[in-house]
Amino acid sequence: MSLSIHELSAGQEIGSRTIEVTRTDLVKYAGASGDFNPIHWNEAFATSVELPGVIAHGMFTMGSSVQLVTDWAGDPAAVVDFQTRFTKPVLVTDTTGTSAAGATIEVSGIIGKLDAEANTARVDLTVTAAGQKVLMKAQAVVKLA
Amino acid sequence: MTIYPDLQGRSYPAAEVYDVGREKIREFARAVKATHPAHFDVDAAKALGHGDLVAPPTFAIIIAQRADAQLIEDPEAGIDFSRVVHADQRFIHHRPIFAGDRLVAELHVDGVRAMGGGAMITTRSEIFALGADDSREPVTTTSSSILVRGEGQ
Repeated sequence: MSLSIHELSAGQEIGSRTIEVTRTDLVKYAGASGDFNPIHWNEAFATSVELPGVIAHGMFTMGSSVQLVTDWAGDPAAVVDFQTRFTKPVLVTDTTGTSAAGATIEVSGIIGKLDAEANTARVDLTVTAAGQKVLMKAQAVVKLA
Repeated sequence: MTIYPDLQGRSYPAAEVYDVGREKIREFARAVKATHPAHFDVDAAKALGHGDLVAPPTFAIIIAQRADAQLIEDPEAGIDFSRVVHADQRFIHHRPIFAGDRLVAELHVDGVRAMGGGAMITTRSEIFALGADDSREPVTTTSSSILVRGEGQ
């Protein structure tokens, strides 16, 4: 970990990342996390509970978005606090059998705040899918060197 | 739908122990499309000063949602899981989670409020690592709100 608070400033961009999502990814996330709610893998069930279709786990979106911060920090252990609100569902269309993505999530981050006393940087993430913000107040606090 | 305000303040004590395995960290990291070597390669984790593989920042959701299941599956709570929407989530890490950790979670219901025909329920899990002598070291505090949608929501 080599980030120093003296080399950082609020408003600085930390980069961006594009995450392509398929129904297979949601099945993998269900298995890895233990969240088997059928709204994340069964179209008929999802629409029966008044959703527009199969949606990604909010935790898939949150969990995949933070990798931008982890890679920037250089050590996943440096992320000491991470929070978000889930505002819009990420609709994942069925592209099974093709190479197309069922949804595309765009992530970018800027330094929102530096705390010299705690020696931390707060990274504010902007996370969108289909042109809409899907996470709000997505903030990760990184412990600096 | 009936809302159960008396759920507020309820706690569920630590139940089963969750053993954090290296392959589970690797599987979860792949599932969130994480590529940092500290999730996969023990030598890479050690080069950063860690004793073993480091879990991704949201790995604790596995343990937190197991704890939440005690509430959601509690017949007294009357929650229809198919109408649950995740509203917000936070992880405060007192220290990272490593492969080899033996974790337990205490669940606290911090808030219940009516929202339209449904309810917003806020829970918090205090996750501890068990030591050799069954001592408890604070590892992660997770908190989340779920919206249980009423009809037409």
